[in-house]
Amino acid sequence: MAILEVRNLSVEYLTEDGVPLRAVEDVNFCLEEGGSLGLVGESGCGKTTVMLGLLRMLPQEGRIVSGQVLLEGQDLLQIGEAKMRKVRWKKMSMVFQGAMNALNPVRTIESQIVEALRIHDIVGGASEARQRAGELLEMVGISATRGREHPHQYSGGMKQRAIIAMALACEPHILIADEPTTALDVMIQAQILELLERLKEELKLSLLLVTHDLGLVAEVCDDVLVMYGGRVAEIARSSAIFNDPVHPYTQRLLQAFPDVKAPDTPLVSIPGSPPRLDALPPGCRFEPRCHLREDICAQRIPPSIAVNNSHLAACHLVGRES
Amino acid sequence: METQPILQVQDLYKYFPLPRDILRYLARKPARYVKAVDGVHFTVSKGEILALVGESGSGKTTVGMNVLGLQKPTRGRITFAGYNVAEWAEGLGPSLGVERLENSGIDLARMSRRERIMALRERALMIFQDPYESLNVRQKVYEIVAEPLVIHRITQSREELEELVRSALETCGLVPAEHFWHRYPTELSGGQRQRVAIAGALVLNPTLIVADEPVSMLDVSIRAEILSLLLSIRQEQGVTILYTTHDLATAGYFTDRMAVMYLGRIVELGPTRDVLLSPLHPYTKALISVIPTPNPAQRNKRVILHGEIPNPTDVPQGCRFHPRCPIATDDCLKLDPQLRELTPKHEVACIHA
Repeated sequence: MAILEVRNLSVEYLTEDGVPLRAVEDVNFCLEEGGSLGLVGESGCGKTTVMLGLLRMLPQEGRIVSGQVLLEGQDLLQIGEAKMRKVRWKKMSMVFQGAMNALNPVRTIESQIVEALRIHDIVGGASEARQRAGELLEMVGISATRGREHPHQYSGGMKQRAIIAMALACEPHILIADEPTTALDVMIQAQILELLERLKEELKLSLLLVTHDLGLVAEVCDDVLVMYGGRVAEIARSSAIFNDPVHPYTQRLLQAFPDVKAPDTPLVSIPGSPPRLDALPPGCRFEPRCHLREDICAQRIPPSIAVNNSHLAACHLVGRES
Repeated sequence: METQPILQVQDLYKYFPLPRDILRYLARKPARYVKAVDGVHFTVSKGEILALVGESGSGKTTVGMNVLGLQKPTRGRITFAGYNVAEWAEGLGPSLGVERLENSGIDLARMSRRERIMALRERALMIFQDPYESLNVRQKVYEIVAEPLVIHRITQSREELEELVRSALETCGLVPAEHFWHRYPTELSGGQRQRVAIAGALVLNPTLIVADEPVSMLDVSIRAEILSLLLSIRQEQGVTILYTTHDLATAGYFTDRMAVMYLGRIVELGPTRDVLLSPLHPYTKALISVIPTPNPAQRNKRVILHGEIPNPTDVPQGCRFHPRCPIATDDCLKLDPQLRELTPKHEVACIHA
């Protein structure tokens, strides 16, 4: 069953001149209960905007133009801000990109977790809160006694673990993580990955992973959504995305991704750069960079075409080959 | 490819002293050091691309800095184009030019200190990691690329300057150059910025480039472009490249040899293909196993090392990798393994390999 469903989400940002730029257009996806979905794409493709949109945490100049965000059947875009606050952290919690650098340097890790617990009325007394903070730290593999330390005494990997502990403070059902392993070393990335997988099993979390790292998604996620230029390019089970991608962008992206176990395969790059939001191509957003483009691609926005019941791709060529 | 070594790093040590606190001072304990590079030895042939891979704290960037003469080694010798880099950069001593390569066209003994440093900087330079930080946002692309030529007084006339800037930009795929050179870095994409940074290095026609994580800030879809650009520069101009990175996968695509560093030492060194496909050191094996591959079928074969690289102030006794090593034995605590050639040209520092 879907725990979170996003329907036709479109988000705009207003520029300084008051011109609206469509950063996300018509995005649809489902996060299954206990499942994991990876939202992948290059920088500027709108993946973080989708995440901020569904949390209703867009910056001031951003606004949701249309769509629905259904959490257990309730549309989050229709409820009041006070209710929404209760949803964040308790139902859906998030780990932002670079959050580990946003820890307060002059306070202990423990006190920062306690703060989160108290703001959300999770625990009553101070000692109880501290104990819970310790449990949370142990859960992510940090000894509770180290909660008394300050962020500068932690390594990058430990800070990221502490941030994850904090996100789990209110026992959320959904954890949304934006680039949780970026800027960490490979071995530490693997440790965080292992942690996320373990927590997902133990706490029955549903995981929404926003990242540019296809490898990470292949390791963790059941489903993958590939975004390009603010639109969904392809969405499918991860085995289908990695073994039989149908969208030319997904295909190219995979070829551009180096595989350490096959250093002889030539690396392909995608010529050009992603579209600018103020100059979006009229047809398919990927058309200017696409190696298979046809006349129709420049004229009409491709509809989402079902390859099978769990695989959608927005490309005019789908279903026409061979 | 020529096999003449253009760069030799012999027994390189680089220790950074830690500030001595008052208690240690009163107790007359010796000063402590961060042993960033702790005995590194390798050579690079002309036109070769060597990858120096390792996690942060492994010392790979420090090696790069010492190679360029930006830092002075604590001990050891770096020879570039026949000269000791430390002396070259510092302009020290009369021992210069002893091993001078033929036709290198430099006579250091006759140069002033400034001239020597200029001569070194012209031949060996660095491409930085982050093109969003490394370019001056108040300079136009033309000024960025022309500046090294002006500083080194390479050109005689404005036309010549323009020609060299144009050809550097176009070599780096910014075609036509006129289309780009009046722009500011902020008007360019990440990939284009890194091309500008590379053009700014290339314009001097260097012998050696130290590329420090040149693609880690770029999107996957354009990484390949920048790496192929570096490859083609090597092919056309015979530039030697030292590629420092933590990313074994990109290194696999375009480097000839690979040196894996751990805690200030090279633990494995060999042809890139051999290192990646048949790694010998347990650290290399673990590193390769945890790199996420875009193939869900290969899940769950990871060898995750727990903990992190130890503090380089207190290097473990014996093999420096033993506290995290999955196959460590008692001997590993006693013996400090040195690199030895196990298969042709493939060296490893592990007693169990």
